[in-house]
Amino acid sequence: MIDLLNGIVALANFVLIPAIAYGSQLALGALGVTLIYGILRFSNFAHGDTMAVGTMFAVLVTWGLQGMGVSLGPFPTALLAIPFGILGAAAIVLLTDKYVYKFYRAQKAKPVILVIVSMGVMFIYNGFTRIIIGPDDHRFADGERFVISARTFRDMTGLEEGLALRTTQVITVVTAVVVVAALFWFLNKTRTGKSMRAFSDNEDLALLSGINPERVVLVTWLIVASLATVAGVLYGLDKSFKAFTYFQLLLPIFAAAIVGGLGNPLGAIAGGFVIAFSEVGITYAWKKVLVYLMPPALEPDGLVQILSTEYKFAVSFVILVIVLLFRPTGLFRGKSL
Amino acid sequence: MRTVLLFAVVACLILGTGVLQSWNAALLILNMGLISAIMALGVNLQWGLAGLFNVGVMGFVALGGLAVVLISMPPVGAAWQAGGGGILLGLTLGAATIVAAVLVWSRTSGKLRGWATAAVLLVGMVIYRMVLDPAVDAVESVDAARTGYLGGLGLPVLLAWPVGGVLAAGAAYVIGKTALGLRSDYLAIATLGIAEIIIAVLKNEDWMARGVKNVIGLPRPVPYEVDLQNDPAFVERAAGFGMDATTASTIYVKLEYGVLFAAVLVVLLVLAQLALNSPWGRMMRAIRDNETAARAMGKDVTARHLQVFILGSAICGVAGAMMTTLDGQLTPGSYQPLRYTFLVWVMVIVGGSGNNLGAVLGGFLIWFLWVQVEPMGQLLMSGLTAGMPDGSWLKDHLMDSVQHMRLLTMGLILLLVLRLNPRGLLPER
Repeated sequence: MIDLLNGIVALANFVLIPAIAYGSQLALGALGVTLIYGILRFSNFAHGDTMAVGTMFAVLVTWGLQGMGVSLGPFPTALLAIPFGILGAAAIVLLTDKYVYKFYRAQKAKPVILVIVSMGVMFIYNGFTRIIIGPDDHRFADGERFVISARTFRDMTGLEEGLALRTTQVITVVTAVVVVAALFWFLNKTRTGKSMRAFSDNEDLALLSGINPERVVLVTWLIVASLATVAGVLYGLDKSFKAFTYFQLLLPIFAAAIVGGLGNPLGAIAGGFVIAFSEVGITYAWKKVLVYLMPPALEPDGLVQILSTEYKFAVSFVILVIVLLFRPTGLFRGKSL
Repeated sequence: MRTVLLFAVVACLILGTGVLQSWNAALLILNMGLISAIMALGVNLQWGLAGLFNVGVMGFVALGGLAVVLISMPPVGAAWQAGGGGILLGLTLGAATIVAAVLVWSRTSGKLRGWATAAVLLVGMVIYRMVLDPAVDAVESVDAARTGYLGGLGLPVLLAWPVGGVLAAGAAYVIGKTALGLRSDYLAIATLGIAEIIIAVLKNEDWMARGVKNVIGLPRPVPYEVDLQNDPAFVERAAGFGMDATTASTIYVKLEYGVLFAAVLVVLLVLAQLALNSPWGRMMRAIRDNETAARAMGKDVTARHLQVFILGSAICGVAGAMMTTLDGQLTPGSYQPLRYTFLVWVMVIVGGSGNNLGAVLGGFLIWFLWVQVEPMGQLLMSGLTAGMPDGSWLKDHLMDSVQHMRLLTMGLILLLVLRLNPRGLLPER
């Protein structure tokens, strides 16, 4: 019985909690991709770097706040900086839209042209981030590190396994829930949100009923900048901020959006968790859990790790391929062109 | 006319580098420019001719690099004895598992289908790991500091170039089989993913090509500088040109590489031009411009796409093998998508998609800019910061950021070309 408890705690500590936190970050990122796909109708390759730009502004403001001695007590100062990060990202994204994307929208360019344009934007954001903050790793999390540390948990319960719950993980999940709830309320209840959905479902009909497309696009970019910044800051708090890592996040984020069904916000969230759980689950060495759950005679010798952690990109990719082969529109029936 | 003029401009740029900086720098740009031109040719075949959106160039280039190691390095006997058989057996079992799973999936039906396939995969995976893991450990522990891998076949390095193409073609077949026929964005994401996976495999499978420990000292198809400097006849000839032996030898070696690369480029360019103007090329363009009409005419669109996808990727593989030969080392850590995938795309778009000569021109031009933006930025920044006191953090920061200017510049160039001249410098005819 105690073994079973130990096994469950180990499972929660090493798989469930990290995967839920990572999944929330991916879900927020995928929501941004899916909104752009639904409304502007192209796959935005610059999304990872949009996250990096927003996070960069937030990190800079965090440093400034820390320098002034402002803090949130047990919470990371970066939470205070998120609105500034969103402002920065929104400004950059709106400028990009005005000077770059708008032209192609007016031309009704093919989606693939917009994808190539977003590649150029990706280069520029990437260079911009690196010029301002440099290519290095930055940790900017401060405040209390743990809500429950492994040691306290062991003392509390008397179990052999500890359960560590980091502050950043709790903040990630809580923030993600709040942001997603706000987004869905906005999309389903407000006039602007409804006009966005109408625009996504059928552009011509939306135009006929007097919806202003430029306004829809503007609101979309604002939401995308907010989502990207929040996702980026949460990821950075949980791990660390590095321009290149954010660029690489593009793959799991796109995988999440496609697995859920491109253009479908609910799908993006589900996709984020599917990808996160499989990444963590497949790259985790299960021995630690199995030791408690299996009878001693059957205990495994090796680490029981299906793939080493360096292959986590392979996991998102394989899931993506499987979904594409068997359900090309994604789990939640997104758009198909 | 325009073509000749633009190529003359690029030639002037490279010659200018030779006169103003050094001939070694100019030849370095020329050689990498040749390789970049070949990569651009490969992407142009896929995008310009068939409209396929491949953003996995980096992976195919890296596979070419792997081919150089597998073909040209001498085999490590001790490692083969320690676990060579085990690794081969393990890989065969892995492949057999996949084949068996596919067979089970296609031969069964009903509710059990999914479970049966999953069971076959699981059991196969366990056996595969049980065979492979100890063999890998054995191989990697053989003189880990110097070898720790199986080595290659010890064949002439030039043979690695076509083999690199074959490896890339194999990968392209697998990816094309799954992702082609779906939407264009899906192919983009799939290729992006496969490139990352190939790099991850190269970094982590130490038994294959030493992973991040890098394979250095790859055999060369040209003489070594040191040998030339010790060759009295060469020194004498160099003196005849009024050069010291060291400079002369480095230039000579680079020239010889340049000739080899140019030969490959010319062959591929001629083939690409012939393909473009053949009935096959016209069919490809017809498919690109109107898939539905082409399908109605009885063309097998997916098969043709697969064909051109494999061909283009193979060309990228050849270019990758050539690049690794030029470097003399395989460093998996240095493969970055911005440099190897997206830069090639900038080349194709700027040069003119659909025009082979345009792709070649773009390859040279963009590579020249990629190399030269940094010194130019340095100049600009020192001009900007001249008035600032030495050691001020802003000055240091600005000078540090020079190296990132190139990303910004490339993005700007791409956006400007797409906006002002979307058909590129040399438009498709």
